[in-house]
Order: sequence, then structure tokens, then C-alpha cells
Amino acid sequence: MNLELATSDGVSPVTRTTGADSPLAIRGLTVSYGQKPAVFSVDMTVKPGAMTAIIGPNGAGKSTLLKASLGILKPLAGTVSVYGAPLARQRHRIAYVPQRASVDWDFPTRVIDVVLMGLYGELGLLGRVKARHRAKAEDCLRRVGMEDFAQRQIGQLSGGQQQRVFLARALAQDAELYLLDEPFAGVDAATEKAIITVLKQLRNMGRTVVAVHHDLSTVTDYFDHVFLINNRKIAEGPVKEAFTADTLQAAYGGRLADAQMDALRLP
Amino acid sequence: MNGEEFVPLSLVPMLTGIFVAVACALPGNFLVLRRQALIGDAISHVVLPGIVVAFLLTGRATTWPMLLGAAGAAVVAVIAIEAVRRLGRIESGAAMGVIFTAMFAGGVLLLELSDTSNVHLDVEHALYGNLESLIWLDALGWSSLWDAQALATVPVELPRMALTLLFVAGFIAVFWRPLKISTFDEGFARTVGVATAPLGLGLVIVASIAAVAAFDAVGSIIVIAMFICPPAAARMMTNRLERQIAWSVAFATLAAVLGYVLAGYGPLWIGARDSVSAAGMIATISGVILAIAARLGPHRLRGSAAPVG
Repeated sequence: MNLELATSDGVSPVTRTTGADSPLAIRGLTVSYGQKPAVFSVDMTVKPGAMTAIIGPNGAGKSTLLKASLGILKPLAGTVSVYGAPLARQRHRIAYVPQRASVDWDFPTRVIDVVLMGLYGELGLLGRVKARHRAKAEDCLRRVGMEDFAQRQIGQLSGGQQQRVFLARALAQDAELYLLDEPFAGVDAATEKAIITVLKQLRNMGRTVVAVHHDLSTVTDYFDHVFLINNRKIAEGPVKEAFTADTLQAAYGGRLADAQMDALRLP
Repeated sequence: MNGEEFVPLSLVPMLTGIFVAVACALPGNFLVLRRQALIGDAISHVVLPGIVVAFLLTGRATTWPMLLGAAGAAVVAVIAIEAVRRLGRIESGAAMGVIFTAMFAGGVLLLELSDTSNVHLDVEHALYGNLESLIWLDALGWSSLWDAQALATVPVELPRMALTLLFVAGFIAVFWRPLKISTFDEGFARTVGVATAPLGLGLVIVASIAAVAAFDAVGSIIVIAMFICPPAAARMMTNRLERQIAWSVAFATLAAVLGYVLAGYGPLWIGARDSVSAAGMIATISGVILAIAARLGPHRLRGSAAPVG
């Protein structure tokens, strides 16, 4: 049971929940690459059945936070619990979409093979890929509008198409919690629309979506919740309460021009 | 050439050459895709002093002391690289370069200084191996393949290499799916529960076992060539990893057979009197195959240069 106690002063709205049944509850997470921590003592409680944007300036630790909560990076301190249990036991409930630029798209494989990788949890080490697995992978491609590209080598796709293939792979994982790292970075308008449609469908089916997001102008349209970070947590809560001029200035350290702020038409 | 000549003289070296080539090419596919292709080069450099020490201590070319010596040398190398990196405050690539060449030179020096007359190991052997010397004395012809008594005298390198190939192929078959996923997308692989670090280490260890087993029979030149050339050539023939593996096996086999035949008879055909090193020729042929694939392979142009469709 989540208890939301948003503060009324509007300066630093904080959502406090028990975290016991939260899809993703992070406590005191600190991650460091070298001397300076990229993420410092961060608490985060993701709201179930909502779409949450992780927002912050470049180098604020957005991707690091995501990777550490997935166990890809080892934190210096802190705990991550997924649906109230340690990550290792809950992997099958999470799907992950990495940054598109994080892999080599020249890899010798076809679109359909990448989507089938999403079924690793189901297939295991030596399970045979059967007709129903292929059908499922093809269905996931259809949901992102990529069914005609199943046999293509992945290097022959545009950036937006590659991003959709990554999303299809995550759909194949059939998870409850979807974590995406900059899913809209460098994609065409058609792809952006296709991706947000799929993500909203997931949310409407009761799934939880968390995405690292960099485009402040679309936050209000796309997301229900925001999590603002600049190495430390700045704010967390419903878009209306936590995505304000004050929290943005706090996160971006005054680096946002007045024009940019005006364009957002924030309270 | 008839069976009476071919079976005792050429069958064993040819088969050994094929097994070596394929055992190195198989993990080479993943090493090349992981941008770790030179790890084969590194392994064959670093293990030399370990193997020499094992030879000197035991006085014999037996498998286990050799593997242990190689493993010990690898551990020393890792520690030394880390020490140079930290104490010298230089990047790890430079530290590796220093340690690899120093250890290989140390191995050669050790060979030169020590009395190795009782074991068949010298500098030339370390580089080129001695494929041609794997003569099956008791073989009389093809019928010897069904003769248990004759089979018992097959040079030990052949069954040793066959076992190594089986092991390497078995590892890749069993871990095919996680190897493929983690080579393409390591972060994603970790989120679906693949233990990427142990798997990557396992791949390097398997490659090292292939390199060390091959080292005795064929020397280090062929090992370096086979880790890289057949997989790199195979990549230009196809856009699917499954088919790339098949192509690399075909190219490795072709290089081994063609290289062995050309080394033995090529010089005679052009009027020279002596044959040349089979290992050297096999490595050369694998390079020629790579050059041809780079020129004519259907998937040599990729990314922005590739025609879409």
C-alpha cells in the first residue's frame, strides 16, 4: 500500500511511500565511476501502473541510476528492491531498453533474432525456438510497426527503426516493469509517435514504465510522474506537482534559459 | 599420391592442422565480434615462458604441465600488467604491450639459454611448430585406420587436438545463446540473468586452452592467424552469426588443407627443392582467403556503404 504525502509548499514536492510493493524501490543508492559519485544517496519509489520520466542535465546520473537499479553497474552503497524482493529473484518481471548507441549494430544478426533475445528468460540456455516463440516475436514487431523488417540485418535499419526493434525485444520479455534509457533520442517523428503509443498501451494494461528522458517539452504530454536528478535527487512526484519551474531550476542549476522555461508553460 | 604414402606421412599433420585451425577459429568468431581479436595474439605471446618452464621442469612435452605452465604465465602477466599500469601510471593498452612482448622475449631467451636437447623445443619450434614431423610410422595405408595396433601409434598431438576441438565446440554449443546475446548487448544480457563476466572469462579461457594445445603442434604463428583470419573473412560472407560460424569453419579447414599441400609440394612445382613450413603456409593461406573475402565477399560493405535491401 502506497502512502503519498506530497508537501504543500510546492518547492520540493516529495512522494513518500512505504515502497513495499513498489515496482522499483531504491534506498540510499550511491554509484561512482571514479572519485566523484555520479549518483549520490538517491531514494526513489516508482509508482505502479504509471509512466515516470527520469529527468536531469547531461551527466546528472540518469542512465547510471537506471543501470544500477538493473544490476548492470555495482553501486557503492544502497539497496534496490523490485516488487518488494531483491533484484536477482525478480529479473523475469523487468524489461530493459538500453541506449541505442550502446551496441554495435554491425553485429551479424537479423531483426527477428534480436527480438527473440527477449525470450531468453523463457527459453533458457538450451530451449528450442519453436513456432510459437517466432509468432510471439513477430507479434512484438507488429506492435512497433516493424513486421516487414523481420529478416533484415540490423545494420541496415535507420536509427528510429533500430530503437523500435529494441522496444520489440522488451515487449517480448512480457514484463511488468519497463525501464528505458533515452528511448526517444535521435529518432524520427513517426518512431517517437509509435514508441509513445506502445508505452501508453503498456501503462493502460497496468504495466509500469520508467524512462530516462531528455526532451523537457514533451514531459507533460507523455508522462504521469517525474523524477528529477542532478547527482542527488531533486524532486519526485506527479508531473503537476514535481515538474515545476523551481524544481527544474534546481535540477539544471539555472542553466535553462528563460525562453526554454517559458516554452514549457509551467505553473 | 596413394594411400601407402599419404596415410603415414600426410594424414596426421593434415588432420591436426584442420583441428587446430577450427579449434582457434570457433572462439575467434566471438573474440573478433567483441573487439578482443588480439587476445589470441596476447595469449600465444604470454604463455611461452610458462610453457618453456614447464618443459624444463618436467623434461617432457606433456599436456598437463604445459597447460599449468601456460596458466601460471597468464596469471603472472595479469599481475604484471596491473602493476605496470598502476606504478607507471600509464593506460592499460600500453602496459599490455610492454608485458606481452617482454614475456615472449623472456620465453625465447629462456629457450636459447637452456639445454633443450632432450626435448624437441627450440625457438623455431615455438614459432612454426612442427606439423610435418607428425609422422605415423606404423601406418601402411588406408587399412591402418581400422587396425587397432597401428592406431595406437598415432602421434599424440592428433588425439590431443581432437579432444581440444571437441571441448571448444562443446563450450560454444552449450553457451551459444548467452554468448550471442552478451556479445551483441552486454548490458541487456546482464538484465536477463546472463553472468556476463564469468562467461567472458570462460570464452578467454577456452581460447587459451585452444591456443596452448595448438602451440605444441603448430607453433604460435598459426594460432594468431586462425583466431582472426577465418572469422574476419566469414563475417564478409554473411549477415548471420550462425552462418558466419559455418563459413569460418570452412575457411579454417580450407586454409589448413591448402596450406599443408602448398607447403609440401608448392616449392617443388615452381622448381625449388625444399618444402616450406606448413604452419607458415597455412597462416599465409588464411590471410589470402581474408583478402579475397574482403575484395569479393557479398557483405564486405556494411553500414552506410551498404546497399539497402
